[in-house]
Amino acid sequence: MSQFLQQAINGLTLGSLYGLIAIGYTMVYGILGMINFAHGEIYMLGAFISLTAFTVLAAAGMTSLPLALLVVLLVAVLFTAGYGWAVERIAYRPLRGSTKLAPLISAIGASIFLQNSVQLLQGARIKQIQPLLEGGFEFFGTGADSVRVSHAQLLIIVVTAVLMLAFTWMITRTSFGRRQRACEQDQGMTRMLGINVDRTISMTFMIGAALAGVAGMMVTLYYGVIDFYIGFLAGVKAFTAAVLGGIGSLPGAMLGGLLIGLIEAFYAGYFSAEYKDVAVFGILILVLVFRPSGLLGRPEVEKV
Amino acid sequence: MADPMAQDKGRQPRRRLTDAALAALVAFLLGIPFIGLTTVEVGGRLAVQTRWSWLLAAAGLVFLGRLAVRWLFERQQAARGRTNRPRAMNRLGTSNGSKLAGAFVIGVAVVLPFAFHDNRYVVDTATTVLIYVMLGWGLNVVVGLAGLLDLGYVAFYAVGAYTYALLATQFGLSFWWCLPIAGLFAAAFGVLLGYPTLRLRGDYLAIVTLGFGEIIRLVLLNWTDLTHGPDGIASIPRPTLFGLSFAPPGDVATVAGALGIDFAPWHRMVFLYLVILGLALLTNLLVLRLRRLPIGRAWEAMREDEIACRALGINVTNVKLSAFALGATLGGIAGVFFAARQGFISPESFTFTESAIILAIVVLGGSGSQFGVVLAACVLVLLPELGRNFSEYRMLLFGAAMVAIMVWRPGGLLSMRRATVNSVREERAVALREAGVPS
Repeated sequence: MSQFLQQAINGLTLGSLYGLIAIGYTMVYGILGMINFAHGEIYMLGAFISLTAFTVLAAAGMTSLPLALLVVLLVAVLFTAGYGWAVERIAYRPLRGSTKLAPLISAIGASIFLQNSVQLLQGARIKQIQPLLEGGFEFFGTGADSVRVSHAQLLIIVVTAVLMLAFTWMITRTSFGRRQRACEQDQGMTRMLGINVDRTISMTFMIGAALAGVAGMMVTLYYGVIDFYIGFLAGVKAFTAAVLGGIGSLPGAMLGGLLIGLIEAFYAGYFSAEYKDVAVFGILILVLVFRPSGLLGRPEVEKV
Repeated sequence: MADPMAQDKGRQPRRRLTDAALAALVAFLLGIPFIGLTTVEVGGRLAVQTRWSWLLAAAGLVFLGRLAVRWLFERQQAARGRTNRPRAMNRLGTSNGSKLAGAFVIGVAVVLPFAFHDNRYVVDTATTVLIYVMLGWGLNVVVGLAGLLDLGYVAFYAVGAYTYALLATQFGLSFWWCLPIAGLFAAAFGVLLGYPTLRLRGDYLAIVTLGFGEIIRLVLLNWTDLTHGPDGIASIPRPTLFGLSFAPPGDVATVAGALGIDFAPWHRMVFLYLVILGLALLTNLLVLRLRRLPIGRAWEAMREDEIACRALGINVTNVKLSAFALGATLGGIAGVFFAARQGFISPESFTFTESAIILAIVVLGGSGSQFGVVLAACVLVLLPELGRNFSEYRMLLFGAAMVAIMVWRPGGLLSMRRATVNSVREERAVALREAGVPS
């Protein structure tokens, strides 16, 4: 029982991270119908920015942990949003209206470029940071069969929940959200109504990137170990999560992220850690065979 | 009308400068955490180092680069406005000259290894180009003709390579026997992948194929009893010519011995080159022929409109599965060659990057164009080779080139997404357009 709960908590933590990244995929897919392959790299950039920011703050002698967390979060969000904007502007916007494959290839190119520039500029070796958030709560006794929730895990789950609520509010209630949804439905019509579609798309990229940046900061806190390659696998899994939940659906992305995190944690805990990714992709294939448009996605009706 | 344009022209240099300055400013700001700052380990702890001079240099480069790109872009726009004739590049794939060009390229490809036989590097690089050409042609069946987006093509390449490596090292089967066996085996995997994806639309298909590729790689990595995991399989036998090997004179019958000539290491290199050239040309012939058969027409029809296909009574299931199977077979055969050439394989060679490179070759070449694949394979293999002297920048260059080529020519280098068979009306429209008659 305690192992079950422990894996559930680990899975929720992982799933929150995947969910945050998956939002970016699903939003971009919803509005442009393209797979933003460079999104995983934005998450990696977020992790590196946070690592550097933490080190700078430590060197500057900042001692208050909550303040440091807040500053780093802000820095990570600002910079990753900037990167999201830049990637869209350079690699995707010139390709709008061309074939479906062109932006995908451009995105893969951007992803390879970002990965290798970080490797060159920041070094290929693993970077490790001193654990900042230590300690946690233990439930159900102590020792081997207790269930541990570390402060970092709690922070991740709480921050993700808060961000999700804020994000849902933004999409459903604010004027930006209305513009964003309008662009998803019909870009031509939205443009005719006097809405700057390009700007809305840019904003979408920035918000998605900022969420991935938060995930990158969290992972730096949680594991304390990052390298330039973490973006690929996290990106693929987050995209898997978005597809599993039904691409284009925001609650679907969150649900898919949590499910992927839970599957991974349970499979690693009960069966084998080596094959956990095989389990993730295997379940994805199974789900898609029986529900081709994902768990919460609407089946698309093709009109002739 | 003329007045505002002249005014516009007068303002342009200044506008270009502000634009470039803005780009440089953005680059400066975004560069702070990666170019301006870096962390190094000092005594087990991370410390920050600053590199402001690098950051300024990078911003300067962006400034100049942006100016240059703007200038080129505006010139291109102006040129496009003046003349409206189709460019020679666009016609290369379809015009009558294409047969001549094809024959010329094949001639060069055949002569090349003999001309450069004392230069190991040239023949080796050319062999690599040909492997990618063959992979590109194989994937072109799936992506270019049938319009199914496959992000895990490297899985079939891996299946072929491991099939040969295992059959040859465990059972001593020869290269030539393994070619068809591995092809069939890879085809089985193609159908296996194709079957669950039949109902999926484009992008779902993409992620499932990507997942499939990763599953294959992870299994190869973790099934250590069979594949030796990350250590890979070593000492894979080289291909032979009618049972004669290309080894130095020894106990086995060698080609040099049979022909009564002196042994030279370049014999094997040139032989390997000719084998892959032959395989690639066979692939090309097969694909070109199939495009004219009902099955090839069905692929192209499905790419254009699946629903219309169904309505016409085409069995979409079979059409999709056959595209997957043929693509997989070709990938598997290329894999056999790869294993035989390298003599050593490990899961390292079959990562997603490899799939991305093959897909990039197909798309950059212009989906569906056979000649475009050759051109793109040359560009993508040779471009990083040019940067070999500063080899750590190779992949950086590669990624940047992918973005740049796509932005420059979104339809691919030779864009020819046109059905092999057109209705008469469409043919006329195309002919008129090429003759410069506005539609």
